Amino acid sequence: MSITRRKFLGWLGAASLGTTLGTTAHAASNKEFKGYPESRGVLFDNTRCIGCRKCEQGCNKVNELPAPDRPFDELSVLETKRRTTAKAYTVVNRYEKVSSPKAPVYSKIQCNHCLEPACASACFVRAFSKTEIGAVTYDESVCVGCRYCMIACPFEIPTYEYDKAFTPRVMKCTMCHPRVIKGLLPGCVEACPTEALTYGKRDDLLRIGGERIRKFPERYVNHIYGENEMGGTSWLYLSGVPFGEVGMREDLGITPAPKLTSGALSGVPMVVGLWPVLLTGVYAINKRKERIEREEKQLAVADALEKARAEAESKLAEAMEQAKKEKEAAIEKAVNTAMEEAAKAQTEETADAPTEEAAKNAGEEDA
Amino acid sequence: MSDEASTTKSYLTPFNIIAGIIVIIGLFITALRFTKGLGAVTNLSDNNPWGIWIGFDLLVGVALAAGGYVTSAAVYIFGMKRYHSAVRPAILTGFLGYALVVVALNYDVGRPWRLPFPFIVQQGTTSLLFEVAACVALYLTVLFIEFTPAAMEWLGLKRARNIVVKLTLLLTIFGVILSTLHQSSLGALFLIAPSKLHPLWYSPYLPVFFFVSSIIAGLSMVIFESTLSHRYFADKMDEAHLKEKDDIALGFGKAASLVLAGYFIIKVIGISEGNNWHLLGTSYGLWFLVELFGFVALPCFLYAVGVREKKLKLIKWTAVLTVLGIIVNRFNICLVAFNWHLPSSERYFPHWMEIGISVFLVTAGLIAFRFIVTRMPILYAHPDYPEEH
Amino acid sequence: MEGTIHTLQEYMFRTETITYILIVIALFAITFFWKFLNGRDDEE
Repeated sequence: MSITRRKFLGWLGAASLGTTLGTTAHAASNKEFKGYPESRGVLFDNTRCIGCRKCEQGCNKVNELPAPDRPFDELSVLETKRRTTAKAYTVVNRYEKVSSPKAPVYSKIQCNHCLEPACASACFVRAFSKTEIGAVTYDESVCVGCRYCMIACPFEIPTYEYDKAFTPRVMKCTMCHPRVIKGLLPGCVEACPTEALTYGKRDDLLRIGGERIRKFPERYVNHIYGENEMGGTSWLYLSGVPFGEVGMREDLGITPAPKLTSGALSGVPMVVGLWPVLLTGVYAINKRKERIEREEKQLAVADALEKARAEAESKLAEAMEQAKKEKEAAIEKAVNTAMEEAAKAQTEETADAPTEEAAKNAGEEDA
Repeated sequence: MSDEASTTKSYLTPFNIIAGIIVIIGLFITALRFTKGLGAVTNLSDNNPWGIWIGFDLLVGVALAAGGYVTSAAVYIFGMKRYHSAVRPAILTGFLGYALVVVALNYDVGRPWRLPFPFIVQQGTTSLLFEVAACVALYLTVLFIEFTPAAMEWLGLKRARNIVVKLTLLLTIFGVILSTLHQSSLGALFLIAPSKLHPLWYSPYLPVFFFVSSIIAGLSMVIFESTLSHRYFADKMDEAHLKEKDDIALGFGKAASLVLAGYFIIKVIGISEGNNWHLLGTSYGLWFLVELFGFVALPCFLYAVGVREKKLKLIKWTAVLTVLGIIVNRFNICLVAFNWHLPSSERYFPHWMEIGISVFLVTAGLIAFRFIVTRMPILYAHPDYPEEH
Repeated sequence: MEGTIHTLQEYMFRTETITYILIVIALFAITFFWKFLNGRDDEE
């Protein structure tokens, strides 16, 4: 498949359809994509988290977000469940009711930087892109503000600046992309005092996570959240309690977001290709039917006319025949009458009037 | 009502007064929206990024504007020329509907001046919204061109009008293709969020459901619109319209009944394919059944009775019920069954100003419709251009 | 590594972009083909 594809693209390239097309799909033969090999991520281990909110503070500082309504050292904030907002890319929640004596358990949420981001798949201006280094970045200079990314995100992460009239932006964690490319750590990771957060290559993090589970099987649930969820995420999670108990959805499945819509998208060219055939076909069938109807009608009309004409002719002929007969009869009759009259006249000697009558009769028949 | 528009003395009709008030309120909210931002006039939140401006103005608006492609396809492609007099009103309704959808989008998106960006700056071709945007933009253009002959006849542009009329078949086919694509893609928008939409409404068949129900919506809207037009603009109708009106109600009612039957079947198959039978017993399941039986099966049956018994009144009321059913369905998918997993405190309910804008836009549509049908040859054939059939 | 596609998203972006280009071409092509197919009939 990869060869045919290369040929196919080469041909397209030759037809100068675009310069971006001259690339090949890595492992395109089975259409399985493993993500960027050097991709980084963060491993969050909730057995180490103490709910100090230092990560929130660090995030706020490095991203220059507005000051929070209540200060970061106020831990009573944790009493209510929170989500990310336009002013907070990351939040920590506390869970008291868990099936473990280790309560409370804390959970940190922020953008998970999916390997196959739903937001990027959903965006109709490609404002989101998965970078090679792992972050899913957002380009506000093209964003229209349709907020379909927020509909699409299974983790309910992107937020919107609803209070801005002219420059509203989608706000979400950038995994501190600007810092990371400078060689710095993400703000939250740097601020964490308990090493609950580990930054590194995603492959290494998976190995570290696996090792921790193997070493302390009684301490961890045997699952690294994010390894396969929604096709895998750059943020990975270890937990001491089932993930569902700390507000993380376990029913998301492992289908990457672009797969969810690929079926519908592939229907589009089929409609474009086949509808014209179907519709013009129906049109042509109807047109043909109409033409045949019209022709049949014309034929029927001509037929009827012909019939009528023939009938009229035969009627005329009949009438003429009859007229002829009548005329002959009349003449005969007139002649007979005349002869009778003459015979009478001979006997009575009054010949004028009957002759006149006979002539008048014959004249009428002629007309 | 229509004759009052031409006489100066009675501008203060009930319609004009109510419409005037709505327009004033609408303009006030508009000013607020574009100076203070979405937050000032909507109840949208980070959990509920789409409200009724998408659920009603976009999803319902596009579905109810489907009469244009359904009617023109019936007449020009499927050869049902008996319904010719329904084409122009349906095209006009469709054109105004789509125009209002685009206006509504300007309210809803954060930076409306960037709406052309998906076409001219960066194309997000993996997004179904890209497909919807492209098709809606193109179809609005097609509807505009399909509408122009009426305006050109009114303005006396004979030559231009004849050129456009020659394109009828091409435009109709393009219209059907574009409508098939974006009507279905509006449903497909939600395919990316299986974790947020209730399983009874989430289905891989969503695009098919949306497309098929748009046909139902289109057929019912033609009946509904023709009833209203006949009531208020009867004096504008020529003999052909008056004569064909009942024929149209019977024919379109029959078609709607049949399509509803098919829609009912595929909806049931949808439950089966998703293996969601057990969810029918829940409260969401009950509401799903109300939608399925009250707004699909019932109108299907009522249309059938109306057509069999030739009860025009029943057909007309069934059209209203069917249109309501479409609204219920779109609301369910976009608002009611969406985010069903969230606690009620985090759910969305529209702000009165959001409703205000939606009402304002519908009113604007009615005003535009009235303006046009009282001037242009929509409900009658222009004497200079007798029907070419 | 340059030029290889690592994500399904990127792959779909490329294929879909080509698809859309083909769609536009197809729509024009089928229109002209229809005219060609019916050209003689219409002349009559």
